[in-house]
Amino acid sequence: MVHETLAATNAVVTLDVAIPDIFWGWYVTMNMWAKSIGTGLVFMLFLLLKKNSSEMNGLRTPVMITSFIFMNIFLIFTWLDLHQMWRMWHIFFYPHWTSAITVGAWMATLFVGLEFVMIAVMIRKEKCLLTKQPTAFFDKTLFWVTLLAIPVTLYTAGIMAEATARELWQMPTESAQMILAATLSGSAAMILLGGSKLSDETKSFFGSVLGLSALMAFIIYMSEYIFGAMKAEEVAAILHYVKGDGEYATMFWIGQWVAYILPMLLVALYRVSGSNSILSLAAILAIAGLWVVKHVWLVIPQLLPLS
Amino acid sequence: MQLGFLVDLHLCMGCKGCEIACKVENEVPLSTWRLRVKYVDVGTYPETKRTFTPLRCNHCENAPCERICPVSALHYIDNGIVNIDKERCIGCAGCVMACPYGAIYIDPETQTADKCTYCAHRIASSMMPACVVACPVEANIFGDLEDPTSNISTYIQQHTDVQVRKPEKGTNPHHYYVGASQAHLNPLASRREEGYNLFNKITTLPLGGHH
Ligand code: SF4
Ligand code: SF4
Repeated sequence: MVHETLAATNAVVTLDVAIPDIFWGWYVTMNMWAKSIGTGLVFMLFLLLKKNSSEMNGLRTPVMITSFIFMNIFLIFTWLDLHQMWRMWHIFFYPHWTSAITVGAWMATLFVGLEFVMIAVMIRKEKCLLTKQPTAFFDKTLFWVTLLAIPVTLYTAGIMAEATARELWQMPTESAQMILAATLSGSAAMILLGGSKLSDETKSFFGSVLGLSALMAFIIYMSEYIFGAMKAEEVAAILHYVKGDGEYATMFWIGQWVAYILPMLLVALYRVSGSNSILSLAAILAIAGLWVVKHVWLVIPQLLPLS
Repeated sequence: MQLGFLVDLHLCMGCKGCEIACKVENEVPLSTWRLRVKYVDVGTYPETKRTFTPLRCNHCENAPCERICPVSALHYIDNGIVNIDKERCIGCAGCVMACPYGAIYIDPETQTADKCTYCAHRIASSMMPACVVACPVEANIFGDLEDPTSNISTYIQQHTDVQVRKPEKGTNPHHYYVGASQAHLNPLASRREEGYNLFNKITTLPLGGHH
C-alpha cells in the first residue's frame, strides 16, 4: 500500500483518527447484482424476439415478471441503503442533473413503470388502445424498454466514474463490466427460466452469450489485475487487497472462478455433450458468482485511507 | 469573492487547537471530524521528527461531491464555499465516495452528510472561521483569493512551495499548504501500523453502511 514510502523517510502515521469505513457495503452489491439480472433478462427477451419470436410464447409474462421482481429488489436495496430513506422523494423534487444517481433514479423508475404496464397488459389480456393484441403491444414496447435498459444498467458505472475518490473505478471499464454483467446474468436467468420452452438451438445461443460474456468480463478483470497498478499508485494500493495474502484475495478468486472460469468451462462442455444440466449449472454459478465479484470490486477501494 | 485557506506547515506545532475549536463551534459528534491534525513521524531514531498536517475540506472549485450529490444538498455559495444543506441530504453517501480527501462523514446523530463549511455561518456575520481564531501561531491563513492584496494572496505570492493535495484529481482545491512534503500531503507516502499510534485501539461509533 505504501508505494512512496522510502527507507530514508520511514514515514509512519502516529495519529490520525479518520478511520476508513465501508459506506457502500452489501446493500449496494445487492443493488448492482439485482439490476444486472433485471435488465439482462430484458436484453435476452429482446434477442429472443428477434431470433425466434415463436419461442416467446409462454415466456413473455414470466420473464418480464422475474425482471420486474429483480428490479424491485434493486430499488428496495437502493432505498434501504439511504441513511435518510424517507427523504427519497427529494430526488424527484430537487433533482440535480449532473449526478448519475439522479439520472439513474429517474430512468430506473420509468423502466420499472413500463415493465409494470407490460405485465399488466399481458395478465389482464386487455386490448390496448394502440394495438389490437396484448402480445403485439408487448413486443412493440419491448423495443423501447430494451433501449431504456441500456442506460439503466450503465448508470451505476456513471456513479462509479463520478466517485472521484475511488481510482479503481474507471470509465469506460466499468461501463463494459456493467453491460457484461447484464448479458451474463440475463442469459443465465433466461436459460433457467426458459427450461423446456426453449429449443436446443436457442439454449445453445444463450449458452454462447453466457460463455462469451464470462470470457470478456474475465479478460477485463485480469487486465486490470495485472496492468492496473502500472498506471496509478492508488490502483496499485487498492489491488493489494486482492493480491497475495490481501484481505479480499480469496474472495476475489472465488468470484472469478464461480462467475467466469467455471461457467466458461461448463458452457464449452455443454457444447460438446449437449447436457442441459451442465448448462443450468453454468447459469447458476454465473449468477451466484457475479454477486461475489461485484462485492469485492465495490469494497476494496473503500479500504484505502484517503487522507 | 473566492474564499480560501492556506496552512503554513512551518508554523503548525500540532497543538490541535483548531480541531477542538471546530468541534465546539460546529458541535461535531463523537467519532467524526471536520478538521483534524494528522501526525506523521518521519526518519529513523535518533534522526526523527514529527510532522503535523491540518486536514479539512478543500472547497474545490470543481468539487466531485457537489457533482455527485443527487439533490444539490452540497452546493456552492457566492463566496466560493462548498456548503451543505442537511435538511436536503438523503444520506446516499455518494459524496463520501466522491471526495478524494475523505473530508465528508455521515453524522451519526442526524444520519446526513457533513463536512467543514469554512464556518460559513460565522463568515456570514463577518467573523473568521473558529479554527483560524484558535490557532496560537497563526498557521491558518484565511481570506479572499480573488483579492490580490488579501493576506492569503500575499502569502501565496511570497512563497514558492505552495501546494494542494492530490492536484492530479482535477478538483482545483481552494486550500493550500506551504512547507509540505509527501509525508504531509500524500496518504500513500506513509505507513499505518497498528501499535504505532499515540492512542491505540481507538474505539469509534459505527459510521459506515451495511457491510
Ligand atoms: S474537499 Fe471533498 S468535500 Fe471538500 S469540496 Fe472538495 S470534494 Fe467536496
Ligand atoms: S449523502 Fe447527502 S450530501 Fe452526500 S451526495 Fe448524498 S444527498 Fe448529497
